[in-house]
Amino acid sequence: MVSIGAAVKEPGSTRKNKTGSWRTFKPILDKEKCIECENCIMFCPEGCINKDYDIDYDYCKGCGICAEECPVKAIKMERE
Amino acid sequence: MVLKVMSANQAIAEAVKLANPNVIPVYPITPQTTISEHLAKFVADGDMSAEYIRVESEHSAISAALGASGTGVRVFTATSSQGLALMHEIIFAAAGLRAPIVMADANRALSAPLSIWNDQQDSISERDSGWMQIYAENGQEALDSILIAYRVSEDHSVLLPSMVCIDGFILTHTVDPVDVPGKGDVDKFLPPYKPDHAYLDPKRPMSIGTFTDPNYYMEARHDMELALEGAKDVITKANSEFAEIFGRKYDFIEKYRSDDADTIIVAMGSICSTIKDVVDEHRDNGEKVGLVRVRVFRPFPTEEIYDAIKGASNIGVLDKNISFSVGGVLHNEINAKMDVKANGFIVGLGGRDIKPTHINEIIEKTKNTTKTTQWIGLNKEEV
Amino acid sequence: MEIPEKEFLAPGHRACAGCGATIGVRLALKMLGENTVAISATGCLEVITTPYPETSWEIPWMHVAFENAAAVASGVESALKSLGKTDTTVVVFGGDGGTADIGLQALSGAMERGHNLIYICYDNEAYMNTGIQRSGSTPYGASTTTSPHGKESFGEDRPKKNMPMIMAAHGIPYIATASISYPEDFMKKVKKASEIEGPAYIHLQQPCTTGWGYSPEKTIELGRLAVETGSWILYEIEEGEFKVTYRPLQRRAVKEYLNAQKRFKHLTDLEKERIQSHVDAVCIELKV
Repeated sequence: MVSIGAAVKEPGSTRKNKTGSWRTFKPILDKEKCIECENCIMFCPEGCINKDYDIDYDYCKGCGICAEECPVKAIKMERE
Repeated sequence: MVLKVMSANQAIAEAVKLANPNVIPVYPITPQTTISEHLAKFVADGDMSAEYIRVESEHSAISAALGASGTGVRVFTATSSQGLALMHEIIFAAAGLRAPIVMADANRALSAPLSIWNDQQDSISERDSGWMQIYAENGQEALDSILIAYRVSEDHSVLLPSMVCIDGFILTHTVDPVDVPGKGDVDKFLPPYKPDHAYLDPKRPMSIGTFTDPNYYMEARHDMELALEGAKDVITKANSEFAEIFGRKYDFIEKYRSDDADTIIVAMGSICSTIKDVVDEHRDNGEKVGLVRVRVFRPFPTEEIYDAIKGASNIGVLDKNISFSVGGVLHNEINAKMDVKANGFIVGLGGRDIKPTHINEIIEKTKNTTKTTQWIGLNKEEV
Repeated sequence: MEIPEKEFLAPGHRACAGCGATIGVRLALKMLGENTVAISATGCLEVITTPYPETSWEIPWMHVAFENAAAVASGVESALKSLGKTDTTVVVFGGDGGTADIGLQALSGAMERGHNLIYICYDNEAYMNTGIQRSGSTPYGASTTTSPHGKESFGEDRPKKNMPMIMAAHGIPYIATASISYPEDFMKKVKKASEIEGPAYIHLQQPCTTGWGYSPEKTIELGRLAVETGSWILYEIEEGEFKVTYRPLQRRAVKEYLNAQKRFKHLTDLEKERIQSHVDAVCIELKV
């Protein structure tokens, strides 16, 4: 059954769709090197890096923006 | 009861004032304009507290109406002809999003050639959108239909928009005595709108207007079909409660001296007043002629129309519209849905006057059933 | 600048890896907070965030059609006003097609009427959702599927439509340009837009990996190159007062920006020079 007008009353429910399966390269953060500049948090298209700089691999599509924008090269892209 | 003399446009504005919508996005167009003007004046005078949005087009009028309805409030808008055609895309979206918008349409011909005068091509062309459609015969019925439309559209088992159609100029710009009901009675009949399927409330976030893949779209459309068919019971109930409170009884169709008639004319809108006079003349001469006026066109009252016309040997259906190479829409729907052989007549396009002599001509022509659609009232020299 | 932690656009959406649009929306929503209603025009953003029965939106959201987002928002804003909910922010996200082309009339009407809403145009400079067809916002020289380069064509032959200045001509209280690559500048502008009474317009440039033709990790770098070369200028117009909000220390050569993208690859040196001269003229005028 489709809801009336195909409205969705479950906010944020695309979380059911684990886009991590799209990934071919995986960002690995070296927290020792990290200077907590927030670049990766801000620039992530998925919003899947939290304030503790943990990357949620359930959703990370492996775009590599975080690694590219890290000023101290603390993130490396590794083939899955 | 205090009767006031007013146009159907003013009667509609009075009904809207009584229904008290929160938002009125409206764009003026002949012959709807005085609806926009009356409502603007009500708001300017503080007689209504609605947010009146002076939109830059009919497309934005219906879009803003849909946005407001999605926010969860009662809305009203009105249009005509080219304006309705400009709304076309959003007319379908409003029904699909199940927005209980009520809109008045001042029936006017569609261009080209440009015409500001009446026919019903504009609203008939929106018949497949999922909106309910009511065709009023006079100002009183226009007013009452707005109130009934809100009641039915907002019913949680229906949740489809309604279009109340009145013939341009013939009704919009002529005056009639109209009983404007009291606010207390209207509030009894029409409770405040309480949405639970579409609202934009940060405390209960929802997404409206999502993207469906082939797994869902067809069910959504099927649900609309069920809702529109189911609306028939809701309309019946609303009509009887309306009659109890206001003393005026409406139905899907109006049968005028048709019960024992051999010849029945089927039509919609203001022309039915002329037809009633012609029917009376025939009855005075002992001829069994009657009228069946279709008031609710969507949902289509198949059973009601069929029961009313099946006993007649001659049936003529009048259409103020033309589906080119097919004929009049009401005529074709009657023949398609019912076991009858009705004759189809195209009348009154672009404001062409329909005189009693034309009705007599139609009555005469219904005696010979033909599949060919006949155009009545064409200028002789042009035929 | 303190960046609010809470996200209002959930992951799991169907955007391309490296999407610039979702970065922009995420950052804007962080500033606007939960008492916000969002309206989308048809386009990439709408399609990738609301695949029924799912939605990425954590706030109320509505979409109706391509060309009418600003009109829908007018109705939403008026409805909220009628309910006394004047503290709720209404934000619109329209792409460049939905803003500069098909939605321009509805947008003009909404701005001129003075609705209290924020309109954010996420500009990826072509119709990306349908496969990179040119829009009025496509820059001079760009090759798209409807302005392809070829023997007789160097691609798009008209300059980019100046949307922010069209908005400025409406006399609205706040207009700004922004880039996802300068998040603090953008977020400050969003904040400002939310604080002023009346309509605000923000034109957000947002590189598109698919449409511009570059590797996904370069999205932010491309936005930066646009600004550092003077190809995209960050400014705001507050109550009629024009102010450039970011000036590159040393403007870089436009060809660095052009050469990084497939859509400009076909251009000859002469054509690149022509673009450079145009950029120079604008930058001199605006003192960038």
